[in-house]
Amino acid sequence: MQLDEFFVTGEPLIYGGMVAIALVTSAILFILTYFKKWGWLWREWLTTVDHKKIGIMYILSALAMLFRGGADALMMRTQLAFPNMQFLNAQHYDEIFTTHGTVMIIFMAMPFLIGLMNIIVPLQIGARDFAFPFVNALSFWSFFFGAMLFNISFVIGGAPDAGWTSYTPLAGAAMSPGPGQNFYLMGLQLSGIGTLATGINLMVTILKMRAPGMTLFKMPIFTWSTFITSFIIVFAFPILTVALALMTIDRIFGSQFFTLTGEGMPMMWANLFWMWGHPEVYIVILPAFGIFSEVIATFARKRLFGYNAMVWSIILIAGLSFLVWVHHFFTMGAGAFVNSVFSITTMLIAVPTGVKIFNWLATLYKSRIVLTVPMLWSLAFIPSFVIGGVTGVMLGMAATDYQYHNTYFLVSHFHYVLIPGTVFACFAGLVYWYPKMFGHKLNERIGKWSFWLFLIGFHVCFFPQYFLGLDGMARRIFTITPEWFTLNFISTMGAFMMGLAFAIFVYCIYYSYRYSEREISGDAWGYGRTLEWATPTPIPAYNFATVPQVNTHDAFLEMKEKGKTTFDEENLEPIHMPNNTGKPFIMMGILFFASFFLVFEWITLAVIGLIGGLVMMIIRSFDYDDGHHIEVDEIKRTERAARGL
Amino acid sequence: MSENQLNAGPLEYRTHEGQMNITGFWIFLAAEIALFATLFATYAVLFGRTADAPSPGELFQPGIVLVMTFLLLTSSFTCGVAIHNMREGTVKGLITWLIITIVLGLAFLGFEIYEFVHYSHEGATMQSSSYWSAFYVLAGTHGVHVTLGIGWVILLLIQLKQRGLTAVTSNKVFIVSLYWHFLDVIWIFIFTSVYLIGMVV
Repeated sequence: MQLDEFFVTGEPLIYGGMVAIALVTSAILFILTYFKKWGWLWREWLTTVDHKKIGIMYILSALAMLFRGGADALMMRTQLAFPNMQFLNAQHYDEIFTTHGTVMIIFMAMPFLIGLMNIIVPLQIGARDFAFPFVNALSFWSFFFGAMLFNISFVIGGAPDAGWTSYTPLAGAAMSPGPGQNFYLMGLQLSGIGTLATGINLMVTILKMRAPGMTLFKMPIFTWSTFITSFIIVFAFPILTVALALMTIDRIFGSQFFTLTGEGMPMMWANLFWMWGHPEVYIVILPAFGIFSEVIATFARKRLFGYNAMVWSIILIAGLSFLVWVHHFFTMGAGAFVNSVFSITTMLIAVPTGVKIFNWLATLYKSRIVLTVPMLWSLAFIPSFVIGGVTGVMLGMAATDYQYHNTYFLVSHFHYVLIPGTVFACFAGLVYWYPKMFGHKLNERIGKWSFWLFLIGFHVCFFPQYFLGLDGMARRIFTITPEWFTLNFISTMGAFMMGLAFAIFVYCIYYSYRYSEREISGDAWGYGRTLEWATPTPIPAYNFATVPQVNTHDAFLEMKEKGKTTFDEENLEPIHMPNNTGKPFIMMGILFFASFFLVFEWITLAVIGLIGGLVMMIIRSFDYDDGHHIEVDEIKRTERAARGL
Repeated sequence: MSENQLNAGPLEYRTHEGQMNITGFWIFLAAEIALFATLFATYAVLFGRTADAPSPGELFQPGIVLVMTFLLLTSSFTCGVAIHNMREGTVKGLITWLIITIVLGLAFLGFEIYEFVHYSHEGATMQSSSYWSAFYVLAGTHGVHVTLGIGWVILLLIQLKQRGLTAVTSNKVFIVSLYWHFLDVIWIFIFTSVYLIGMVV
């Protein structure tokens, strides 16, 4: 292989990307070396098994991916702003919409939410860590290296260009030769391991590590949504694993699953992909519902209305999520009967979702709302998401779907559910729990600027796209004709407003780090209802010095009324904690190289890498590290300092 | 750990960590069921799409598959006997029966490799048609699982030699036994829905 086949050449924008990567990498290396931070990085972060730190790494990575996916989006919107633009050529445009979709779903939305789950779920149920802290670190590094593998594709080897759904036969070896599509397959496969492991980990954590007295129906609603999401992960991700593996075997070892030769069946990919893919969209929306429920109850200063109905509607949505996958390809020709069945199951989802919407409204009804930034995101979510939901029902009607299919109407619909649903929830959750993570709040004034700009930008960007779709503009076309100019131009303006809002948000993080008041109380907003607010800030490594007895689902509210804390000095016992370990990082680092070699179909090297991964598993099997204990004296010192006693 | 250890009940369940490991592994097996279900569904969809390659009815031989089934079912039984020995606290019996289990597993694998080589010589390779792709990937995924299981048991045999029966080692052995029985269940489905149906259609 020639060097110019290895690196992507001939695109000025990509050369720019290379220079940026080189500069940022060397800047990071320089700063780490200059300030002698290598040891700190290894001890405190790369080897950590603490769920709070892992969560923070998830969120930081997800923000970086949001930047990457957002940059892709802005390039696409620039190309579509004027008729016959020459900013991106067709090939480059295809690559960018592919990576935009994949990065945003797999490497932004999911890790962001998993990051929040990591930090908050153990705190909400009164646990001291995950059930399997080692596996949790393994999950993070598998996601991280999977994301890195996918992201280097645009400078090394070439980015995938068959869309985030990678339909065959287009994505097969015959029509997409070269490493691009392999990057998609291996990047997702590598990070998928971690997602599945996290699903199992969270389920066991929630089933086995709840505080005494916390029955399932006394769990905070975010924990409930995480629990159900984990179910979906456990049953949906293996389908993706198989689908990706089959396509990999097709492309690299010449099997005939999705090919046009050897009686292969290209449509089967679409089925397998969406049998995972539809549950996947609920994996990224259910935790978002959980976050909104927490934020709305907190800042409406009221008990969440219809808690049981909320839980059951989450469960119903999760069940239905496995029964609707065909609605993604009504036009593929499965026939009227099949389409009707899936049309009905699709529309059924609107029922439990509607229940949730009304429950949120009822929670707000006659409450004394505190308009903080997280609450603003949550309030903006409700009407915006309803627009997305209603257009979803329109798309769900199989007969009319023939009109909307593959147009900007669809593009607008799924951005209307994913952005107000997932992205607003990520912002709401991050701002809401920020004081728990970093010991200070984000600046409210700058936060409101970024919120309003993002909200308005979002509607300006995507509302016109419904009409573009109805005007017949197909998705994934790389230039527009003059009659679509006005609405496209407006849409592009909105996209740049969202970009600016994100920049302001990042500035807000910096500004707050410098100037925000440090938190002294654990209950930063003053209205906390659930156990995460019972811990002091900064949260000690062991979370709870003494685990409280839980009687209601607003456990912390009850503790505040009774004047109890999580520091019961009389009843302290030594706390057992796991030790840090570098093995997850090393193991996933080795598998990263194995996957990278497989992408280029260097089989010998890939096998060596795989053996390296197995050797790491063997080493882990012989590892009888039993962790360490935190003694009572140390707990007393930590708690007294944190609580100002 | 030690302060949380119960004094009654099976050894592998006595620590909270041990209990969580077992629960987690059951959930992992649920994910494995989803994984194999997808492979079975793929196989069913592609059934009969043999293109120019021979059909399964021409190649499958009842004898060899019956022997394989017998070997694997017996290994599941010996694995059960091993756990019975573990519950009784007999390390020697446990080790012996585990070794018998993996020997049976190895014999199964030998036959499976022979079978695959044989079919390839007859012109049914993974590349020849979508049906055969699905066959090799489904049966092969099961075979890889058996291989990993054998490797895993060997690791645990060494650990049993080093440490004897503790709450930790017994927990590990119990989990590998769950895995082994699971592979047996999967094989029963492969035997019936792949081989038996493939022979008569």
